[in-house]
Amino acid sequence: MKGLFDRLSADIRVQEGLKACINCGTCTAICPAAGFYNYDPRILTDMVQKRDDNVIEELLKGEFIWYCGECMSCKSRCPRGNVPGLLITALRALSQELGFFTMSEKGRQQLAVKRTVGEWIIKHGYCLYLEGAGTEVHPEQGPIWDWVQGNWRDVFDKMEANYQGSGPGILRKIPEESMEELRRIFDVTGGTARFEQIEKCSEEKAAEMGMEYSKDSDCEYLRHVCLANEKDHNRH
Amino acid sequence: MKEEGKKKLWQEYQKEIADDRYFYVRSCVRQSFFPGAEQAFLKIMREELGKDVFEHACHTTCTGIAYHADVVPFDTTMTVVARQFSLMTESGYQNLVPSCITSFGVYTEILETWKHFPEVEAKVREFLFKATGRTFEIPKNLAHASDVIYKFRDSIASRAKYKLVNQQTGEPLRVVEHIGCHYAKMFPHKGIGGAEFPHVLIGMVESWGGEVIDYPERRHCCGFGFRQYLVQANRGYSVACSKKKFESMEPYMPDLIVTNCPGCPMFLDRWQYVIAEMENHTYGADKQGIPVLTFEEMAAMVLGYDPWEIGLQVHQIPVEPLMIKMGIPFDPGKKYLGKNSKDMGRPEIPDYLNYSGMKI
Repeated sequence: MKGLFDRLSADIRVQEGLKACINCGTCTAICPAAGFYNYDPRILTDMVQKRDDNVIEELLKGEFIWYCGECMSCKSRCPRGNVPGLLITALRALSQELGFFTMSEKGRQQLAVKRTVGEWIIKHGYCLYLEGAGTEVHPEQGPIWDWVQGNWRDVFDKMEANYQGSGPGILRKIPEESMEELRRIFDVTGGTARFEQIEKCSEEKAAEMGMEYSKDSDCEYLRHVCLANEKDHNRH
Repeated sequence: MKEEGKKKLWQEYQKEIADDRYFYVRSCVRQSFFPGAEQAFLKIMREELGKDVFEHACHTTCTGIAYHADVVPFDTTMTVVARQFSLMTESGYQNLVPSCITSFGVYTEILETWKHFPEVEAKVREFLFKATGRTFEIPKNLAHASDVIYKFRDSIASRAKYKLVNQQTGEPLRVVEHIGCHYAKMFPHKGIGGAEFPHVLIGMVESWGGEVIDYPERRHCCGFGFRQYLVQANRGYSVACSKKKFESMEPYMPDLIVTNCPGCPMFLDRWQYVIAEMENHTYGADKQGIPVLTFEEMAAMVLGYDPWEIGLQVHQIPVEPLMIKMGIPFDPGKKYLGKNSKDMGRPEIPDYLNYSGMKI
């Protein structure tokens, strides 16, 4: 596919994050993802700096770009000022824009992130909105979280929160006019379009995989992308 | 080395932090998991230090978690942040203080982007005006809430009722300080001490009597990784990162872990529980785990605030052993009482962590 490197490098995060990689591997040595996944930020940076559209296409359609945790540790040590983590943000954006993200198991997970964090922002104005998000989905939260969930309002009252209240404070209800502003920002800046693209591509992929898909609720495809690890992603 | 030369050498590791009149923006993660910490910060700033800290009811998430999980475009995040700047401007403030490290990183990234690409700032101003009719001024000073507590650490020390000292032995408590990755790894000159020598938590710990532990994986990420924790299939990444840190710090026998990021204390607290359940291995003395604190909680403990008012009961790893070491009196019977002494029941006791002596 022609012009992919040009489209990628139009992203200012590529302009900021790609200088001239000398393949020293310092980023890989410090990278948490490289210690867990079959991932290597040195190889990623080298692939991008080849400026080869076929190589970029391979990245956009593959698993590799979804392994990074965006901790940006790579930035702190690169002797040449490269930021593989920034390249990742640009690659993931382009992969979603072109609809390539559903071609990889890890890329398909974007639907799970959009359905949780993305929708919490639009509905509540927060990146996290955890009332009702219990240990059936988050067993790692442990019995203390069961207790918090079981006493949600009382626990937050005890901490002088303003749960669902008006005015400032913890977990306040964000005024509707502010929520309207937030939604208009999403409309104007491409946030809403990104969400719609994730849903559209996921629906098409679900049909291709013969799985039930629902735009508004839990469905077989969503459960699958949340839990599936059918490929071997890990470093051995 | 001459004092003058030393100061010059370390100048780039310093940071200007405003003295007063702060516009405070909350953290989605901190207010959900450690609500008492944000309240403690406001109480310390307003009541102990007499500072003006303003919070606008209309501020929202910065979208940072969604941005770093790549479901929200950079243009959207920049414009949402520009709206926060607009709220700050209309309120007559210039010094922005985020509670969240991800937010602090996002704000820093945006301001640096606009510095290098003024046309991007112009585009965002157009977006914001089109969407909301708002305009804004860029903050004069941006400091994380931990920077502000660092600035006033000696004032807090002078008001301290308790020290980070083992009252039985008289020895300083051994503290692991964990800095959130987005505090200074992306823009080292925006953090006190930079990415290599972050001093923001060290300064607090040493000022309040403790001793900081150096250990091999000190700067390793806690393992949030945004999509790596958010999606169930990826959570092995998250626990593996924390485990790497625990194993590295374990030989140094820390009394506590303190963090400045909202997510890190939750992960370092909860993954200790998970590792205990999965492998029957606990870190810390007597199989009780290593207590994990936010910097606000640590400051509040030093100042003698009621541990249950600042929310220490919502930690999975009990904080009581640390309070006993510091000589902080507490009433175990009040741990799970709500307002007006309402009984909120009791959480279940985990199978492998040692809760004996906690009087649950």
